[in-house]
Amino acid sequence: MTLMTAADAPLALKIRQLRKVYEQLVAVDSIDLDVYTGECFGLLGPNGAGKTTTIEICEGLLEPDGGTVELLGRDWRTQAGELRQLLGIQLQETTFSEKLTVAETLALFRSFYRRSLEVPELLRMVQLDEKRDSRVGKLSGGQKQRLALACALIGDPQFLFLDEPTTGLDPQARRQLWDLINELKSSGRTILLTTHYMDEAEKLCDRVGIMDRGRVIALDTPRQLIASLGVEQMVEYATAGATLEPGVLAKLQGVRAVSSLGNLTQLQVAELHQTLPALLDTLAERGIPLTELRTHSATLEDVFVSLTGRHLRDE
Amino acid sequence: MNNSSIAGHPLYQLTKIRFLEFWREPEAVFWTLFFPILLATGLGIAFRNHAPDVIKIAIVESGSKSQSVASAVAKNPGLSAVICDEQTAQRALATGKVALIVIPLSSDQVVYRFDDTNPDGHAARALTDDSVQRAAGRSDPVQATNQFETEAGSRYIDFLLPGLLAMNIMGNGIWGVCFPIIDARRKKLLKRMVASPMSRTQYLASFLLSRLLFLVFDISILVGFGHLAFGVPVRGTLAAIVLICIVAALSFSAVGLLISARLSTNEAASGVANAVMLPMWILSGVFFSARRFPDVVQPIIHALPLTAAVDALRSVMLEGAPVVSLGSELAVLGAWLAVSFVLAVQLFRWR
Ligand SMILES: Nc1ncnc2c1ncn2[C@@H]1O[C@H](COP(=O)(O)OP(=O)(O)OP(=O)(O)O)[C@@H](O)[C@H]1O
Ligand SMILES: [Mg+2]
Repeated sequence: MTLMTAADAPLALKIRQLRKVYEQLVAVDSIDLDVYTGECFGLLGPNGAGKTTTIEICEGLLEPDGGTVELLGRDWRTQAGELRQLLGIQLQETTFSEKLTVAETLALFRSFYRRSLEVPELLRMVQLDEKRDSRVGKLSGGQKQRLALACALIGDPQFLFLDEPTTGLDPQARRQLWDLINELKSSGRTILLTTHYMDEAEKLCDRVGIMDRGRVIALDTPRQLIASLGVEQMVEYATAGATLEPGVLAKLQGVRAVSSLGNLTQLQVAELHQTLPALLDTLAERGIPLTELRTHSATLEDVFVSLTGRHLRDE
Repeated sequence: MNNSSIAGHPLYQLTKIRFLEFWREPEAVFWTLFFPILLATGLGIAFRNHAPDVIKIAIVESGSKSQSVASAVAKNPGLSAVICDEQTAQRALATGKVALIVIPLSSDQVVYRFDDTNPDGHAARALTDDSVQRAAGRSDPVQATNQFETEAGSRYIDFLLPGLLAMNIMGNGIWGVCFPIIDARRKKLLKRMVASPMSRTQYLASFLLSRLLFLVFDISILVGFGHLAFGVPVRGTLAAIVLICIVAALSFSAVGLLISARLSTNEAASGVANAVMLPMWILSGVFFSARRFPDVVQPIIHALPLTAAVDALRSVMLEGAPVVSLGSELAVLGAWLAVSFVLAVQLFRWR
């Protein structure tokens, strides 16, 4: 997909002026989005941003209060039955029946589709072959996530919706799931996923929409989004006692922006090798002791922080 | 296409998982299958045909007068008397230890004291007075002999068993549908199901179908047990019993669907289900005849599905009534089925 420019590919999902209001809360605030056939599109945003609401409207599970959704060239209001056959859906939270085995659960979902994958093939794909006859209630969290993914895949879907597919998994299980999603992408399926892990969005998604408070506040490839910061490195430090005024920091060489997050001061820096010595000198001159100092290259997280002044996740 | 074989058909799969989910829940199996047997056994023993109860009475101590009442009463095997002072007698009456106090005033005067609302009191008075009067020389101008009724079909267990069967079908129909649906809704499984191309009608229908499968157990356990253990008669055809049970099971399951159409907690569902079932346990004549209720409420009682099921099963089992004579009961059940199912489908919350 990376070779083809986005505009060449036909639209798989077209969202226009989509709106959803709960009582006074505007959960989705007039958003426009395009997802191209064959791409993996990520909705990245903090808790309550409206990712699930958006994805569930696209899945035909929620009625929008305004705007339109066109999915695979079809309309939910008139072609719901046909659309359901073409989609694979993993909800943010589903507990499958604990009394059934993995194979029984898959056989049940398989019976709903006109075209479907074979159960053994699917079990191999999600690496649950050995758990075929285990009760769902006895699976680990990661295995349950993979079962949910298998249920989403069983109808051999053209379009796959994954709402936080790796939340709650350990790092190794997440990496396994990334491999699987990458495989699915290369088999030509279109994927819309949500996440609040920036590394996940960077690894998996061709394009990312950053959502906050019901709006899409940035939309591009992960690389372009990071490049748009105009900086390469982030410096974060904390001091004991006195602090340096933002005015002083902004004048240090190479500093593009200054922000404070709790007791941490964050500098967006174009040239780390010039800024860091200057910062340390200034602190030493004034006799302010450092208690914490770290630097990292810019990520989507930093894009989010620079757009909103907040972190994606409160860790 | 998966639907070409029966095993790949969604209705088969949905019904199958209902069945598996039930079988893999040992407590549910116990309550559904063995509880009715325990209940029938308990009630069968409690109301078995035993020697008539002996009624206890107290005679207030007054020397030879109380002695002569006591010896008169001793001839009646239905009575057992104690002689004591009036205070003790009064306490025994108040606590139900005796049904009657006899206060001999003189050789030709006696006072009976008893609770007017207690049937045992009346019986005790009649029996005691009878013994006292005879001992005093009364002669009975009419000669009477007793015939005791113990024929199968007219005992309490015979009356009870069809009622228990109907009640069991109601309980299993309503709980067996409510709990899995509420559970699936709470776990967001329901939402996941409708995110797939599953037919919603087939999903709901699978609950009715699976109830029909369980009916095999309901019927064979209760009818078989009643017949073997207590000799409860089955005078009508088995086909008639099965037909009534099927219609009843479908309509109670539909009521269960309606109850669970919008609720999302087990507590709410238990409350509503109990509020629906409790009046029927009392009004529909499972444990005692519904005719005891005032005439004004009889039309309501007869419109209840449990009343229809109980009446129909009793007619078939005890009187051997043919199906054609059960039109009104089947119509009541059918109406509950149709109205509840249509309403349930309309109101059902899939999220
Ligand atoms: N049924 C509802 N009733 C009222 N408010 C709701 C409902 N569903 C969601 N909301 C609100 O809408 C907003 C968006 O919720 P949504 O679930 O779309 O967020 P999200 O981006 O998926 O968050 P998360 O990362 O926590 O899953 C939240 O503020 C949420 O509280
Ligand atoms: Mg969400």
